[in-house]
Amino acid sequence: MLNIERIIAELKNYQGSPLKLMEVCGTHTSAIMQLGIRSLISPKITLVSGPGCPVCVTPAAFIDAAVAIACEPGYTVLSFGDMFKVPGNGPSLSEGKGEGASVEMIYSPREVLVKAEQESDKVFVVAAVGFETTLPAYCDLLQELEQREIRNVRLLTSLRQIIPALSWLGTHSPDIDGYILPGHVSVILGEDAYKSLAQELKTPMAIAGFSTEHILLAIYDLVKQVQNKKNQVHNLYPSVVSRTGNTLIQEQMEQYFQKGQIGWRGLGLIEDSGLFLRDEYTQFSMPYDWPEPNETAEDFKDSCLCGEVLLGRISPPECPSFRKHCTPSMPKGPCMISLEGACGIWYRFHREKKEGQ
Amino acid sequence: MNRITMAHGSGGAVTQELIRTVFQKHLANKYLNKMDDAAVLTGSSYPLVMTTDSFVVTPLFFPGGDIGKLAVFGTVNDLWMMGGQPLYLTAAFILEEGLSMKTLEEAVSSLGQAARDVGIQVVAGDTKVVEGKGGLYINTTGLGQLCYSQVIGSAQAKPGDSVIVSGPLGNHHASILSSRLGIKNYIQSDCAYLGDMVKGLLEAGLEVHVLRDVTRGGLATVLNEIAKSSRVNIQVSEELIPVDPEVLGFCEILGLDPLYMANEGKFVCIVPEKDTAKALSMIKQHAHGAGAVVLGKVFNSLQGHQVTCQTKYGGEKIIDILYGEGLPRIC
Amino acid sequence: MCVAVSARVIETDERAGKVDVRGNILNVGIAVRNVKPGDYVLIHAGCVIEVIKKEQAEEIADLLRELEDL
Repeated sequence: MLNIERIIAELKNYQGSPLKLMEVCGTHTSAIMQLGIRSLISPKITLVSGPGCPVCVTPAAFIDAAVAIACEPGYTVLSFGDMFKVPGNGPSLSEGKGEGASVEMIYSPREVLVKAEQESDKVFVVAAVGFETTLPAYCDLLQELEQREIRNVRLLTSLRQIIPALSWLGTHSPDIDGYILPGHVSVILGEDAYKSLAQELKTPMAIAGFSTEHILLAIYDLVKQVQNKKNQVHNLYPSVVSRTGNTLIQEQMEQYFQKGQIGWRGLGLIEDSGLFLRDEYTQFSMPYDWPEPNETAEDFKDSCLCGEVLLGRISPPECPSFRKHCTPSMPKGPCMISLEGACGIWYRFHREKKEGQ
Repeated sequence: MNRITMAHGSGGAVTQELIRTVFQKHLANKYLNKMDDAAVLTGSSYPLVMTTDSFVVTPLFFPGGDIGKLAVFGTVNDLWMMGGQPLYLTAAFILEEGLSMKTLEEAVSSLGQAARDVGIQVVAGDTKVVEGKGGLYINTTGLGQLCYSQVIGSAQAKPGDSVIVSGPLGNHHASILSSRLGIKNYIQSDCAYLGDMVKGLLEAGLEVHVLRDVTRGGLATVLNEIAKSSRVNIQVSEELIPVDPEVLGFCEILGLDPLYMANEGKFVCIVPEKDTAKALSMIKQHAHGAGAVVLGKVFNSLQGHQVTCQTKYGGEKIIDILYGEGLPRIC
Repeated sequence: MCVAVSARVIETDERAGKVDVRGNILNVGIAVRNVKPGDYVLIHAGCVIEVIKKEQAEEIADLLRELEDL
C-alpha cells in the first residue's frame, strides 16, 4: 500500500531523465523551503519557481504611485505587509512612511471600512495587489462600500490572473516538464479552468496544497504522469478545490472587473492577464497615471537575471549576482527585493551544506 | 495636571514635583532619595558585568506585561545571561508631551514593583520631556557581578552539547501584534524574570556554556549568533520546537514563523551532555520554565557555521538569521 | 499569493461572520455560498474563500489510494 514513506523513497531514488517542475506560486516556493522538500527528493528532479509572486511581478512604478499618493495631504495608503518594504524606483512604502507619507499596514482589506467611516474627510487608498486568491477580499470590500455608501475608499489595483501568465510562460519556457499549480488560486478558479492550458502546453499539471504531504504527492503525481506520457490536470487538493471553483466569486469578478493587458515585471505585457475595475465602478478606482510598464526579461540582463528566475529558466543560485552582489540588504532585482520572491526565499533558507557535519 | 507638558522637563518646580510625586513615590530607596548627581555604591571583589537596553514597545500595556516590567526584566535578564548577579539598576525616562499622567504613573509603579520583586534598586534616574504624541520610552542600565565559577558566553558552545530552550516561542510578539491588529485571543506576553532559573543552574554547579535570552530576531537569530561565535554547527528538530497552539494559529493567519518572533521570558541554555537531564529538570521546576525542552545538539564544523533543522519525514532545511522585519504576509 | 488558514465558523450572517483559528477570533467576510456555524473553512486576507470538505489526514489517505493506481 502506498504511503508517504514509500513516495519519498521513490522520489529520492528516481532514476529517470532529469525533470524540471515549476512550482508557480510564491507560497509554494516558501513552503518547499520551510518544509525541507528538496532534501526528500532526487537532485534529478529540479523544482523551479514561477511568476506567482504578486509583489515580484508588480512594476516598480506601482510602488512609486502608491508612495506619491501617500504623500498627498488627505490621503492614506493601506498595504499588505508583503509590499511594505519593497522599493520601487524610489523609496518603499515603509521608507515613505518614515518621511511623513501616510501609510498603514493591514491584514485584511476589510480593515479600511472602519477607518473610512471614522475619518470621512480622508481618502483611503488600498494598494490592491494579488492574484485570484485575493479577489474575494476585494469583492467583499466593494460590496460593503456599495452597501454602506462609503465614498472615501479607492483601490489602486495591480490584479493579475495566473492562467494567461502560465500560457505565456509555456511558450517562452518550453522545457518545463510539469506544473505544481497554486492550491488556493485553484480554490477560486476550479480544476476545470486548467484543462485547456494542459492541452495547449502538452504538460502535466497537479493542483497542490501546502503541507509536506500535499507537495510530495503533487511531485509524485507529476513524475508518474511524465513517465506515463500523460498531460492531465490532477486535483490533489479536493478538500477545497472543486471542478468549477468558487462560482460566487467568479460572478462577482465578472461584475466588478474586466480583463485587460497588464505589465509583468520581468515578463513584459501579457494580454488579458490583468483585472481592472469596470467603468461603472470608477468611483472606487484610484486614478493614477504611470508609465506603461514594459520591463521584460531583457531589461534585467545587465544588472540581474530576475527575468530568467521568474520564467523558471534558472534557479536563484545560478544567477551570478546571487549572494555576491545581490543580497536582501543590497537587492538588484524584484526577486530579492521582495523577501517573498524566489531569490529572497532561497537566500534565507537554502545554503549548500558545509563540510564537517 | 493630567498630561505631561514641556514644563515638566524644564528642571524647575514642575519637574521637581513630577519627580517627587511619581518617580520617588514608586522607586524610593536610600540612593535615589539623596537626589545627588550620581550614586555612590559599594564595590565588588568580583568582575563586574554591565548592560543597557532601551524599551520602546507600543502599546505600553499589553496582555501579560507592560513597559515598566519589561524595562526591569529585560535588563536584569541580560545580566543573568552572562552569569551575572544583578546589583544595581538605573532608569532614564523620555516622555513625549501629551503623555497621560495616569499612564506614566502606572508604568513607573509597575517598574518599581518589578524591581522590588527581583530584589534590585534603581539607584539613579533621569527624566526628559520632548515634543511628540504622548509616547513613553525607558532606558535601563544594569550592573552585576560575576560571582559564579562558570565561564559563560556565545563563544562557549562545544560539539556534543545539548541545546535547551526554556519554553514555547513567540508569545510576546504575538501578544503585541494581536493588540495592534485587533485579533482577539488569550495570548499573553511571556514577560518574565529568568534569574531564579539561571541562579539555580549556576549554584548547582552545572557546566553551563551558553545562556542567551530569545528576544528580537527570535530563536533562529540567537542560534545563528551562537553557531558563528562558537564556530560550530547547531542542529535542531522541528517537531521538538515548542509553540503554543494559539500562537501557532496566530502565526498561520499572518504567515509568521515562530522561530523569528520576539520573546521576553525565554532563554536558550547550552550545556554538555552530562548535565542535560539535570539542567532540564531544574528549569522545568519553575513556572516560567515548565515548557522547557531539549530541541537540538551542537556539532563540529570545519567551515561555515550553520543552524540546520530536521523536518518531517527526515527532511532538512537551513535556518538563517532574520532578514527584514518578519512582517505579516498574504503571499 | 496563497497564505490561507483553516478556521471553524462561530457565527455568520450571509455576508460576514466570526471564525476561530485555534483560539484566535477573527471577524471575516464570507465569499462563498452555504457557510454555517460549525463548518471548517479556508480564510485568506480576512475572507472565507471556501468550505473545507475533508480533514487533511483523510484527504491524504484518499489521495494515496488514488495515486496507487497511477
